Amino acid sequence: MASAFSAAKFSAQPFPLNHTSTTSHDSSIVFAKPTSLFLGSTRKLRLTSSSKFNLSRRSGTVDAVSDVVKQKKSKSSPSLLITKEEGLELYEDLVLGRAFEDMCAQMYYRGKMFGFVHLYNGQEAVSTGFIKLLKQQDSVVSTYRDHVHALSKGVPARAVMSELFGKTTGCCRGQGGSMHMFSREHNVLGGFAFIGEGIPIATGAAFTSKYKREVLKEADCDHVTLAFFGDGTCNNGQFFECLNMAALWKLPIVFVVENNLWAIGMSHLRATSDPQIYKKGPAFGMPGIHVDGMDVLKVREVAKEAIGRARRGEGPTLVECETYRFRGHSLADPDELRDPAEKAHYAARDPITALKKYLIENSLASEAELKTIEKKIDEVVEDAVEFADESPVPARSQLLENVFADPKGFGIGPDGRYRCEDPKFTEGTAHV
Amino acid sequence: MATGFHGVGAAVAALSSSPSNSFDSKKLLCSPRRSFPVRKGASFVADRSDGSVNLDLNPKARRAQQLIVNAVANKADSSPASSSSKPGHELLLFEALREGLEEEMDRDPRVCVMGEDVGHYGGSYKVTRGLAEKFGDLRVLDTPIAENSFTGMGIGAAMTGLRPVVEGMNMGFLLLAFNQISNNCGMLHYTSGGQFTIPIVIRGPGGVGRQLGAEHSQRLESYFQSIPGIQMVACSTPYNAKGLMKAAIRSENPVILFEHVLLYNLKERIPDEDYICNLEEAEMVRPGEHVTILTYSRMRYHVMQAAKTLVNKGYDPEVIDIRSLKPFDLHTIGNSVKKTHRVLIVEECMRTGGIGASLTAAITENFHDYLDTPIMCLSSQDVPTPYAGTLEEWTVVQPAQIVTAVEQLCK
Repeated sequence: MASAFSAAKFSAQPFPLNHTSTTSHDSSIVFAKPTSLFLGSTRKLRLTSSSKFNLSRRSGTVDAVSDVVKQKKSKSSPSLLITKEEGLELYEDLVLGRAFEDMCAQMYYRGKMFGFVHLYNGQEAVSTGFIKLLKQQDSVVSTYRDHVHALSKGVPARAVMSELFGKTTGCCRGQGGSMHMFSREHNVLGGFAFIGEGIPIATGAAFTSKYKREVLKEADCDHVTLAFFGDGTCNNGQFFECLNMAALWKLPIVFVVENNLWAIGMSHLRATSDPQIYKKGPAFGMPGIHVDGMDVLKVREVAKEAIGRARRGEGPTLVECETYRFRGHSLADPDELRDPAEKAHYAARDPITALKKYLIENSLASEAELKTIEKKIDEVVEDAVEFADESPVPARSQLLENVFADPKGFGIGPDGRYRCEDPKFTEGTAHV
Repeated sequence: MATGFHGVGAAVAALSSSPSNSFDSKKLLCSPRRSFPVRKGASFVADRSDGSVNLDLNPKARRAQQLIVNAVANKADSSPASSSSKPGHELLLFEALREGLEEEMDRDPRVCVMGEDVGHYGGSYKVTRGLAEKFGDLRVLDTPIAENSFTGMGIGAAMTGLRPVVEGMNMGFLLLAFNQISNNCGMLHYTSGGQFTIPIVIRGPGGVGRQLGAEHSQRLESYFQSIPGIQMVACSTPYNAKGLMKAAIRSENPVILFEHVLLYNLKERIPDEDYICNLEEAEMVRPGEHVTILTYSRMRYHVMQAAKTLVNKGYDPEVIDIRSLKPFDLHTIGNSVKKTHRVLIVEECMRTGGIGASLTAAITENFHDYLDTPIMCLSSQDVPTPYAGTLEEWTVVQPAQIVTAVEQLCK
């Protein structure tokens, strides 16, 4: 982990498939070539040794980050990237994400939750690295792989677990489910089932922030929005449309790409003409950064820069995090297409193990302290399950609530009264 | 998207028998805003505008206007007497929309507009003319051509505290925004367990125009009607255009306001004071005895034209502009069905799956016992609207067909 912050990592090859790198410190691992003859998947990615990733002149701030980091590494200065407190906070959040998702899998196979459940194992560094830098009023928009984003933002584990169990105490009263985690209090704006459809929502939240500052004259409004989405989404129109609008109006948003190389069974290389997603930022006039998404400290450094940019009103940033999901796309995915060697490579870069090593090697925390945290998290997760188990299922009367904010929207019935005034309506037995 | 919009000039008033483009409310039969008791043997002029205040009212009509019989009272109906003492002001429908929008923007700084060409261009039908100069480029936002994304952006803004009005340059373009309208606009309040409200208004011109071609002549109300969680209203006169615009903006629910390309130049005298039109109510255009004709938007004018002919032939049709396409005002409609026992629906949607189809089902379900004869529904043909003028005329319902239908119903 000590060699982690090398400038080379910033220019590092995002795709270990088919590519042996001289600059990567784990170049000893060779990958089997995919058997497909299709052009996209067998293409070699050639990056020169001087490869810094492609930045337009406008991405000056990114160079600044790598310079800072380079400085820190080359001086081998005693100043670390995090304090002990921060380290423990990050560790706790990573462990919470992992433990929670593992528990979800267990509960799913025990029949406590149903439908499509998409787990985040392996990607925790991205969520923790970014979201732990946010304030309460900042917003987070995610996809269907949203449990851990909600947890990192501060939604209680109990509320998320209840939601997954479909109980009325869930964060969305049991009406949303795994793919629709929302929290007004913590500004989690979803939870979306279709990929890409959350990005315009995030753009809208960022627009509100700018509007509040410039039209409503709330001068101190510097709320930032983070939009999380995957590599598959980066081929979707909504992604490009929103990159354009965000850069055009300098909206305070960070587009975080969680590139885990796979969209269900579709390899990113087979789906994308130019797989280097960060390059698409400068095309729209914003910096594009690639970062090792398995390393929470690196993610956090990049996130600081990107969020800072947004807060200062300098506009959006596109951050591509190279990450990996240890499990299948969802609990229904047999996950047969991915190469075991690839899985092993990323398992060796488990973000939790990496941070643990960093904390211990730099004497920021002892084994015992970390063990305490792990135990605490276990209890939190157990408690969440218990709470969810004991919570009531929604009553029938809940069926018609929340369809409209103003229930007059159900209209006027034949008797002249508004339908929502009908007693059957509140019982949930009315037909509307 | 459209290549070349000519603004207001392209939207010609569709009223085929009118010698001039604009018209004034003349002698009124009745005011449209309230239900009336039965009137016998009135001589009247079936007018294209069912307007409001007018000092030219003949004595019978004026007396009738004093009577307010309305089970669901609302602000709009509360002061007929006082409105007849104020002269009001005359304007065109697109100006009425603008007036409503501007008043709401003055009233609440969170109301903003987004859409293509709404700012500097003033809106392709001039509904937002002058607003960008007054309120600034951020509040009247010119968006790039990305319907799905800017509609989603509007929804995100609505979730986080603003009250956006999203304009579709033509309603047909909102097909590209279907993802956001269905999934997020309609459903998000529910899937978030009520945590986020989406007080958005999505508006724009739709319907069959003058040879605009198939893609610019779509009726999206039929595609959107199944989406849970949204309300749909259609305006047809300057009075209800302004009233519905204001009500939609003030509503906490997402509302889709359908305007019609050919109605933007209708002229009417509307009250000076603040008023809204209830989003869930239908509008009684002409009370009658023999048959209930349900219609909305442009077809209202074809119906009123047919009503002229029908009255000369001795029929007494009751004409209701349903205005609220989702949900239906079953009270006004029901009362009418119970009175006349015959229903004719005249709509511009296509035969299959249109508003008329739903309305037929709703009436049959609720008022079957009161019907003397099966409901008749006149809709446009299930045909992409042809460019040729003659063909286009035959795809939509014409007044002659309405007359024939009523004669058949009343046999």
